[in-house]
Amino acid sequence: MTSLIHHETLRDPSRVQLTDDGRLKHFLTTEGLSAELLTEILDTADSFISTQERAVKKVPLLRGKTVVNLFFENSTRTRSTFELAAKRLSADILNLDIARSATSKGETLMDTLWNLEAMYSDMFVVRHADSGAAHFIAEQVTPNVAIINAGDGRHAHPTQAMLDMLTIRRHKEGIAGKVVAIVGDILHSRVARSQIYALRTLGAAEVRVIGPGTLLPKDIEALGAKPFYDMKQGLADCDVVIMLRLQKERMQNALLPSEGEFFKLYGLTEAKLACARPDAIVMHPGPINRGVEIESAVADGPQSVILNQVSYGIAVRMAVMAMAMSGQQSQNSSEEMA
Amino acid sequence: MLQIRNVRLIDPAQHRDDITDILVDNGRIHSTGDAGSGLVISESRDGNGLWLLPGLIDLGGHLPEPGYTQKGTIESETRAARSGGFTHICSLPDTSPVADTSAVIKLILEKAASAAQVHVLPLAALTQGLAGEQLASMVTLSEAGAVAMSNARHIIRDSYVLRRLMEYAATYDIPVFLSANDAALAAGGCMHEGPVSTRLGLPGIPATAETVSLAKILLLAEQTGARLHISQVSCGRSVLMLRQAREQGLNITADTPLANLLYTHDAILGYRSLYNVQPPLRTEEDRQALLAAVESGELAISSNHRPHEIAAKKAPFAEARPGMSQYDCFLPLAMTLVHRGELSLNALIRALTVLPASVLRLQHGLSSGQAFNACLFNPETEQTISASDLYSQGHNHPAIGASLRGRVEEVFVSQV
Repeated sequence: MTSLIHHETLRDPSRVQLTDDGRLKHFLTTEGLSAELLTEILDTADSFISTQERAVKKVPLLRGKTVVNLFFENSTRTRSTFELAAKRLSADILNLDIARSATSKGETLMDTLWNLEAMYSDMFVVRHADSGAAHFIAEQVTPNVAIINAGDGRHAHPTQAMLDMLTIRRHKEGIAGKVVAIVGDILHSRVARSQIYALRTLGAAEVRVIGPGTLLPKDIEALGAKPFYDMKQGLADCDVVIMLRLQKERMQNALLPSEGEFFKLYGLTEAKLACARPDAIVMHPGPINRGVEIESAVADGPQSVILNQVSYGIAVRMAVMAMAMSGQQSQNSSEEMA
Repeated sequence: MLQIRNVRLIDPAQHRDDITDILVDNGRIHSTGDAGSGLVISESRDGNGLWLLPGLIDLGGHLPEPGYTQKGTIESETRAARSGGFTHICSLPDTSPVADTSAVIKLILEKAASAAQVHVLPLAALTQGLAGEQLASMVTLSEAGAVAMSNARHIIRDSYVLRRLMEYAATYDIPVFLSANDAALAAGGCMHEGPVSTRLGLPGIPATAETVSLAKILLLAEQTGARLHISQVSCGRSVLMLRQAREQGLNITADTPLANLLYTHDAILGYRSLYNVQPPLRTEEDRQALLAAVESGELAISSNHRPHEIAAKKAPFAEARPGMSQYDCFLPLAMTLVHRGELSLNALIRALTVLPASVLRLQHGLSSGQAFNACLFNPETEQTISASDLYSQGHNHPAIGASLRGRVEEVFVSQV
């Protein structure tokens, strides 16, 4: 019988980022990665945290390697943490801010990447406005360069999600069994999607998403998250509350009436936080909008771990860069031998 | 006189499916059955094990000429269509320049006369420049040779314009082909809105982008009495709405692209830009509803053929150009639906011959006296498709690398 339909397309989409023997060679998404692999990332990051507290912070894992920061979308914060992470791994780092050209973007993108590959780059850290951009580069453009996804459209931001996992693990003694709520603009959030997959895989008891119907994506249950429209109900018995940044554009797109109404319904105040467990922690991927999604008293309060998240970011990025480089090298050398 | 002996003749127009001989004289069918005596047979062929079908008719494919010859030419794409079993194709008007003047229609017809491998039936633009604002000169365009008016998938936002163009076309009994798509609801989307778009983080196109627009079109059709054909239906709900409209006496036809019968949004997993098509691939429930409507004769099947050069598809999903090359091996590809038991052979052939012929009011079939536009098909030959087998310049074809059962042996295109 003809075996035409989906024969290749239904395969596990996360396979692209793994070597033949199941190690990381790119880091594109948390979806489909095993609990063992996610835990290995967290353990490796933990080990780097101790090196970060030393006077000499560098380790030589990426010595002689060239890492290129390819940011097709601006982001000073994320780019800086990747830059620091690469430097602390002793890599050479090149920062490229590439405004997207208006015409034949695909072609421009490919030409740019091939040129960089020809300069013997070993790793691209990619941020791009299109969902799937990092996937596309890893699969179709430069598969022999390790690709680290630093955020693609609404799809994934896996290093942010992993630093969030590390934060939860360090502050809540593990992720298994925890109830986690993610609040706000889930629809446009690559961070939320990556968090949901990582939390489910690492054994969170429940992942809740809280927001108005306009900002919760259709069929979000299929990803393993439980939707709530009411903030207080959604926060009940939570161990972890993750607030997302609200972009101003949402008001113009008829997704929300006003910042004021959003804050009234979903802004994290001390009163609302009281619905969660008393020892619940509050997280935010930043940058925060005080008075829009979170009030200052909470952001700066005792339950907030927002600044800790930032300091773990470098360790997590060092971990995935080191692991992906090692996986990519072993894959390339085994292909050369074959 | 050409004779084909012992061939299985399948013609849903005559409710015929039997093994017979057929005689063709000067491009017209002389007779079927026993040839009798006294006829001079110059060429006789053994049709044993083969099927003879009326040539397939496409209600809408993109011929990239004029304007986009990097994607294909009238010659390359009609050659592909012929190899896929087609004898007639309706060419969509979104060429460059747009087919909104008689000069462009004539250009297409002249080019077709010298280079095309099948009958090219141009669809002219409904509105000038496909902009959805001013009516195109429908009567002049019809006289120049356009078989119907279409706005391709360019959206007519203004309900007033939609009403007036239907009224105007109805005055002259000019057929109007419309795609149902609401600009505001579809805005920014690049695939069906549902669990897969949520998972991939791709902006979605809700089913209501089609159904809201279709509701408006159906109400205006009722008011204006336009001779309407709905192109490229993709939602199960649309099938229901069309059925209700017909039950209320509206004379309306519709088609669905083959891709929407073959695939669902699951095909996009892994960001496969090949499956970035318009209308978008939708859910399994939608696909089943479309199949049922083809089975019952409510929907014709169109190709929605859209060849692209490699660079147009090699981009992150949302930036890849939508569309799939479909003409090459079209019939073997469509036959997979029959092999999988999802569609009866009769319904498939009817949806590709009888139904489109009635939309276009074409005389088409395998009865005596008709022009010989037919497809000789070997149902058993297995073939593995490689890019080098394709006639189309567009290599954005889903069958590349696949093994297909059945092969078009020859397509007869009448000169009359």
